[in-house]
Amino acid sequence: MSTKTIVSAAYLAGAVATALSAASLVGSAQAQEKEKCYGVAMAGQNDCAAGAGTTCAGTSKVDYQGNSWKYVDAGTCTDMELPGDRMGSLDPLDRDLPS
Amino acid sequence: MPSPADAVPADRNADGRTPGFAAALLDPDRRVPDGISGPLGKRANRRFSVYRNNVTVGLIDALGEIFPAVKRLVGSDFFRDMAREYVRRDPPRSRLVFEYGAGFAEFLETFEPVRRLAYLPDTARLERAWLDAYHAADASPLAGDALSAIAPDRLPHARFSAHPAMRIVRSRYAIVSIFVANRSADEPGRIDAGVPEDALVTRPGLDVEIRRLPSGCATFIERLSMGETLAGTVERAVAETAGFDLAQAIGIIIDAGVFHEVSASPPG
Repeated sequence: MSTKTIVSAAYLAGAVATALSAASLVGSAQAQEKEKCYGVAMAGQNDCAAGAGTTCAGTSKVDYQGNSWKYVDAGTCTDMELPGDRMGSLDPLDRDLPS
Repeated sequence: MPSPADAVPADRNADGRTPGFAAALLDPDRRVPDGISGPLGKRANRRFSVYRNNVTVGLIDALGEIFPAVKRLVGSDFFRDMAREYVRRDPPRSRLVFEYGAGFAEFLETFEPVRRLAYLPDTARLERAWLDAYHAADASPLAGDALSAIAPDRLPHARFSAHPAMRIVRSRYAIVSIFVANRSADEPGRIDAGVPEDALVTRPGLDVEIRRLPSGCATFIERLSMGETLAGTVERAVAETAGFDLAQAIGIIIDAGVFHEVSASPPG
């Protein structure tokens, strides 16, 4: 294989040296001692979330409860801007209401 | 084919499972499977409904914890209804609930009520990548010393192996800004969602970190991760990205813990 010379060894070594001197100023994140706490991220996942004897969430027969989509206003998506699009306003739907 | 009567009950498969149990669990239109009975031997319709509910609520809550930024963006009630729909379309295939939701981003792309929130799927991809990184295998991140120890004439031949936690999520939208703003307790300000951002996910110590990558850097890291040499990767980056800053890219690689190992031994 021919050795390409567009990127020289000296250029790479220089970039490494520059990067490492800058990184040492910031301080290595690896140096900080940290303690891992296992198993807490999904705390409560196995709990009976809706209370004993309830059947609400698992038995809704309406796939798209149109009236509930209006609650999207409760989120923060209206804080988002995208030129030429109406990202922040979802219209509530009037279909598929549970009868 | 009927099972031998002395081996398993007639309403069980040979592996002891109840046929149609999983399908009936997530579909309230299906009848309670045969073999699900109460203490007096009666069909346990109400009990099964309670179980059905707990499974569904548990999965919806799991999605809410895996995708907190998406949840905040659309609001809690909207999210729960949307998540219930997703649970029915794409139930978990792993016993481990923290692995759930790999298909959530694709679901958001096709789910009509959020079609106009074009940044939502990539935001979900970044949130899923965050949890993947959190649960990835432990490995020491490549230290800067390992790089500076390589003789300059071997440096062009250096090849890297990725850290198990490292992920890249590219987007046409400002997913890092959206992710950070919607995972903080503060009220998010206005964000211009139309600014493309490439996200780097790493776990250099024991905490997952998210960074916005400068232009050309995502491709640079991806090529190195695939085992291309440093010289070849830099050549292509310089050719493709005007003003590609190699020192900055190397700084990010070391600081973020992108790679696990480097090898620059002569071929042979």
